[in-house]
Amino acid sequence: MTPRLTRRHLLGTAASGAALLTAPRLGRTQMDKVRAGFVYVGPIGDHGWTYRHNVGRLDLEAALGDKVETTFVENVAEGPDAERVIRQLATGNDIVYTTSFGFMNPTVRVARQFPAVKFEHCTGYQTTENLAVYNARFYEGRAVIGTIAGHMSKSGVVGYIGSFPIPEVVMGINAFQIAMRKVRPDCEVRVVWVNSWYDPGKEADAARTLIDQGADIISQHTDSPAPLQVAEERGVLGFGQASDMTAFAPTAQLTAIVDNWGPHYIQRTQAVLDGTWATQNVWHGLKDGEVEIAPYNPSVPADVIEAAEAVRLGIIDGRVHPFAGPIRNQAGEVVVAEGATLSDEDLLKMDWYVEGVQA
Amino acid sequence: MDPVTALLVTVVTAATPLLFAAVGELVVERSGVLNLGVEGMMLAGAVTGFAVTLTTGSGTIGIIAAAFAGAAMALVFGFLTLTLLANQVATGLALTIFGVGLSALVGSGFVGTPLPRLPRLVLPGLTDLPVVGPLLFGHDVLVYMAVLLTLAVAWFLARSRAGMILRAVGENHEAAHGLGYPVIRIRYLAVLFGGLAAGLGGAFLSLAYTPMWIEQMTAGRGWIALALVVFAAWRPLRVLVGAYLFGGVTILQLHAQGLGLFAVPSQVLSMLPYLATIVVLVVISVGPWKGRLQAPACLGRPFHPTH
Repeated sequence: MTPRLTRRHLLGTAASGAALLTAPRLGRTQMDKVRAGFVYVGPIGDHGWTYRHNVGRLDLEAALGDKVETTFVENVAEGPDAERVIRQLATGNDIVYTTSFGFMNPTVRVARQFPAVKFEHCTGYQTTENLAVYNARFYEGRAVIGTIAGHMSKSGVVGYIGSFPIPEVVMGINAFQIAMRKVRPDCEVRVVWVNSWYDPGKEADAARTLIDQGADIISQHTDSPAPLQVAEERGVLGFGQASDMTAFAPTAQLTAIVDNWGPHYIQRTQAVLDGTWATQNVWHGLKDGEVEIAPYNPSVPADVIEAAEAVRLGIIDGRVHPFAGPIRNQAGEVVVAEGATLSDEDLLKMDWYVEGVQA
Repeated sequence: MDPVTALLVTVVTAATPLLFAAVGELVVERSGVLNLGVEGMMLAGAVTGFAVTLTTGSGTIGIIAAAFAGAAMALVFGFLTLTLLANQVATGLALTIFGVGLSALVGSGFVGTPLPRLPRLVLPGLTDLPVVGPLLFGHDVLVYMAVLLTLAVAWFLARSRAGMILRAVGENHEAAHGLGYPVIRIRYLAVLFGGLAAGLGGAFLSLAYTPMWIEQMTAGRGWIALALVVFAAWRPLRVLVGAYLFGGVTILQLHAQGLGLFAVPSQVLSMLPYLATIVVLVVISVGPWKGRLQAPACLGRPFHPTH
């Protein structure tokens, strides 16, 4: 059984909890049992980001059985409180995963205070001796769905619901549009920002707006299935985000980009168990199975699936790069020359849009 | 459907949950009680409406259950603040936090389950009329209920004897008590009505707006409803206008973005309901409207019949 802790629970039992937790163990040696703590930014019931991290945690429990004991704290705001929660988990665990960008600074501070505990921070960029970072190349999945959109769109207008204009989201929009333009050079992506990762009502309104404006495919970088549900109702198409959302849109969802954190959690927690854990900065994608493409909808024609698979398999074996030149910006100027590709560094600070994006 | 009609239809949907919650809170506040737990009561309604509709297969039973769930939350608030005289602000905030947690617990088994939409009111012939057809006759039942409820409240407060007594309790509870009116009982009824309406607003979210259950799906609409009551200066018909205005601004801003029109940052528009509320508060405290548009005099003040 996993103890289900909430932040408020922790607040209430901080004193008694501290007494129950045993001292951290030293690494570098083989252990019989490893204890892993997870800090989540949202509720595990969001059916999106946090939900998928929690599925990864459950995969870890299933894989390592009684050799692992996991604990999680959900709904941790990216504020001063986060540091206290992380410290609390650090006192009782061998490895702590903090799963939101905003946890970076508190994780760095706590990692310094607990040199014997391993820390892994998701989507950040700071590493130390006992702090590793991990992220997933979601943009690779977006290149696959962009290819499908290029084939399936009749109007040539695709609606894209954005959360916040940060590099992570911007590179997703661009990867999608580059792939779509390869299939259909005249299409455009219309972006509507809802300024939230998670507001089902507003996401649905954004989808309605985009459909009313002529979009016949809806893509999203927000967490709820609401836009897909609207697509289903209005008879247009769309793509799931973070999870397979077929249940919400059996005809509208063409496929989904699925976050699969399980393999990473299993591998890294096993490394702690074996005493082989070392700090690293990894950015896995389709190739490592951290980003997956959900089963294609039966309505997707065979030649479209073939084109999508060509991109997916091409990215896996390295023949296809989603950001291979020539790439033009919104003004139509070539910013990445033929034969060149954008580096990871360029991607991580991307703040411009490619041709045909209206944002 | 042409773009303008489409936009207006979406505005109606966006305004409805705000209208339900705000008109309920308006009655509560007019009776002199400030319940900040609207968000919590909406969530209780949303999860109950969803769960009951899914298990019974009946939207009607789901809507009724949602209203009762909201009222049950309100009863907790009423017991704490009216019977035990706990601080209303603190209790209301606690009610919101409680509602977030409780709804998550109840709804944990329903995450990821879709729900068929409520049957829409379709009037043969009328719904097919241009512009007014989809605008007036193409909505979910709850949309009409929200408007009718608001009109009923407007009538009740302005015209009915019971409504005048409720207002009297909110303006001067000692005088009302002196005249022999049961202040606490009236406030209980008002608080229960507020919970019922918030529950319906929540049900609209989980049954019609986005037919699904996800934790914290109200995403702050309860707080906008609270702001709306102040924005409307505690008048039901202004709540109606305000809800459609707030809903309209949100939708208009999304449309403008999609068309690449004027560049008001969307964050500014998200602040708008609260900015408008502050402006109204300032105006009714200093301007020529001072004294005419003000909060119920006993708002937030506990009452105990000691003499």
